[in-house]
Amino acid sequence: MIADASNFVQSVDSTFIFIVAVCVFFLVLITVLMITFVVKYNSKRNKKAVNVHGSIPLEITWTVVPTLLVLVMFWMGWTGYKQMTDAPKDSMVVDVYAQMWSWSYKYANGVESDTLYVPLNRPVKVLLHSRDVDHSFYVPAFKMKKDVIPNRINTAWFQPMRLGTYEVMCAEYCGLRHSYMYSAVVVMPEDRYNAWMTQQVQKQKQDSTADSSTSEKSM
Amino acid sequence: MASDSIALDHNGHEPSYLEYEGKHKGLLGWILSTDHKRIGILYLISILSFFAVGVTLGFLIRLELLTPQGTIVGPQAYNEFFTLHGVIMIFIVVIPVIPAVFGNFFLPIMLGAKDVAFPRLNLLTWYLYIIGGTLVLLSLILPGGAADTGWTFYVPYSVRTGTNMIFTLTAVFILGFSSILTGLNFLTTIHRIRAPQMGWFKMPLFAWSLYATSWIQVIVTPIVGITLLMVIVERVFHVGIFDPSLGGDPLLFQHMFWMYSHPAVYIIIVPAMGVISEVIPVFSHRTIFGYKFIAYSSLAIALFGSLVWAHHMFATGMSDTAEFVFSLLTFVVAIPSAIKVFNWTATLYKGSIELEAPLLYALAFIFLFSIGGLTGIIQGALNVDIYLTDTYFIVGHIHYVVFGGTGMGLFAALHYWLPKMFGRMYNKKVARVAFWFVFVGFNVLYFPFFILGWMGMPRRSYHYLPQFQTYHVISTVGSWILVIGLVLMLGNLLRSLINGKKITERNIWGGETLEWTVETPPTFENFENIPDVINGPYEYKQNEPATIEEEVK
Ligand code: HEM
Ligand SMILES: [Cu+2]
Ligand SMILES: [Cu+2]
Repeated sequence: MIADASNFVQSVDSTFIFIVAVCVFFLVLITVLMITFVVKYNSKRNKKAVNVHGSIPLEITWTVVPTLLVLVMFWMGWTGYKQMTDAPKDSMVVDVYAQMWSWSYKYANGVESDTLYVPLNRPVKVLLHSRDVDHSFYVPAFKMKKDVIPNRINTAWFQPMRLGTYEVMCAEYCGLRHSYMYSAVVVMPEDRYNAWMTQQVQKQKQDSTADSSTSEKSM
Repeated sequence: MASDSIALDHNGHEPSYLEYEGKHKGLLGWILSTDHKRIGILYLISILSFFAVGVTLGFLIRLELLTPQGTIVGPQAYNEFFTLHGVIMIFIVVIPVIPAVFGNFFLPIMLGAKDVAFPRLNLLTWYLYIIGGTLVLLSLILPGGAADTGWTFYVPYSVRTGTNMIFTLTAVFILGFSSILTGLNFLTTIHRIRAPQMGWFKMPLFAWSLYATSWIQVIVTPIVGITLLMVIVERVFHVGIFDPSLGGDPLLFQHMFWMYSHPAVYIIIVPAMGVISEVIPVFSHRTIFGYKFIAYSSLAIALFGSLVWAHHMFATGMSDTAEFVFSLLTFVVAIPSAIKVFNWTATLYKGSIELEAPLLYALAFIFLFSIGGLTGIIQGALNVDIYLTDTYFIVGHIHYVVFGGTGMGLFAALHYWLPKMFGRMYNKKVARVAFWFVFVGFNVLYFPFFILGWMGMPRRSYHYLPQFQTYHVISTVGSWILVIGLVLMLGNLLRSLINGKKITERNIWGGETLEWTVETPPTFENFENIPDVINGPYEYKQNEPATIEEEVK
């Protein structure tokens, strides 16, 4: 079996499937009843209608049964959601910056990137910053999303469980090029991730020395 | 209304409200008339015209989405299209349509009254409506371009964009006034001028639905008015209210916006539920199942529906307590709607059913609105909503609830009441054919939205990834089928007004509510004498349209 892309996929999928199953049951029930009645009690076949004013037992049944069912759905949704809010203590922290119309990422050691590289199976906590208007950090494959709102740091987390490259999209409309505001999460094996990080750190050092030497010259 | 000066025509017949001539003649006799029926017709014409504009925009949006980008327009035009489409459909079409057209026309008659409580105020609401609608259309023509924020106007973007936001915001503010005044008028009418014997539980369910709706309109519309006014102030005077760069709070805007706009969903849907509650018993020739449960569930919806607004904000990072409470209440508010659906279905049981166009639309309402409601439940579950919010799933949900619900309710009402209003019958065969185009087109157009949403396609997207294209193509083809159906349906109704079969029969469908006891079309004063109301609204008699009595279980 292929692993889920993230730790949330399973709870979202099972809640979704449970609710859809209940919904399909009720939709089919209502539809079949409607069609049956329309055919069976058609005025051509059934000349005399009967005034049935109501039925208290039926009213109780169709109030209580749906109420119990929705309470179960609510609970599944809530427990799944709780899992999304509580990031593990040992999570790797990344700052995410959203601006019209691009994403950028900053790691704890100061490394910056346009693509989010993360190691497999390591929980990642994202701190979401907006530089202008509302955006929403959305990784469909991970089944996670969180709004990015200016002047407020929202957090979210996920644990990538399958290697690969996944789209990051903006889910909150933010103007002209909202629908082009893509980036990617790349899930790598731990060692490749470390190699990438080392390389980035070195590059950053070179850049900063180059920067300071140019600025010295211009002085 | 003064009643001393009604001229009888040469047959000694009172003229209908269509022929009646008061102080003004011709066009002035319409646009200055305070007759609730004429105002209903004014609204009918204006709202259907805006509906045509909205449908055209929807059609263009679908055409653009045929390919991943650049089919017919650029991104800026696209963003203005979906904003204008949403603003027109929500604020100018579905919020007012059923109360302003059929409420105005039939509520007084159903209650045994000669007009609404405040006829002049009633006319004022129409002028406010026209001013609001015109401002929205102006924003499109004037330099700067139409609003491009989506119909939700989220700050900070709506404070910063260079488009004609002020027109659109002012328009919605003015339309809000129109809505509040209509609500106030109906509340007073229902409380004060029912016929003496018209007790609360003898009122038709359509009147009950307008009663519940009016309360929501009066209570929550001021909130959106004030909120949008604050956005205008913020844009013009740079006062920090919602925009954080000026020191404001963007989430405050979202709370205030949804405090109105969620209950607005019930302003939109409850009157349509009222229509369905009329149509189903009439075409089943039997009493409605669970009258009191349907009446009370409207009030329960109005009450609980006002307490769930933040379910639009589950992904904004609210506190756990808020998420918990708003999700729980969202599930609770589904129950009264479910109760209604079950009672309507049970009303078909042991009926003597005539499958005319109004009933077809009513059954389509039940089916489509059930899908809309059930997909709402799916998004009530917190973890699932986090995944689905702001995707095409929600766009599918909106259309199934609002178009599948209120749209079908409107079409049922048109086919049910238009012959009464104009004394002309449409071609029933064409009406049935048009229905099937509408129904099939609707599902081909909107069902793919659920699949796209589950696949992860964000809403309000001009451009999309290639893996989504198949479903977009199917959906666009659906929009063509739907538009054919709509043109056929409205064309058939329009044609009937010009040369449809004339009818003078009072009770066209065998209904038991009071509008079927007055002349077709109704006279200026509705009733010669205030009617006696002996029976409840759905008491089909044993000998009349084929009904037998059964004891209440
Ligand atoms: C032929 C008829 C229609 C078509 C083809 C159509 C199509 C669409 C499409 C494709 C969108 C998504 C735009 C996007 O997210 O990029 C949309 C949005 C919307 N539609 Fe429709 N629609 C139609 C009728 C209606 C009706 C009758 C209503 C209301 C009763 C309605 C209300 C809305 C609303 C509120 C939105 C959201 C706008 C926004 O996101 O700002 N539509 N429509
Ligand atoms: Cu965006
Ligand atoms: Cu809502």
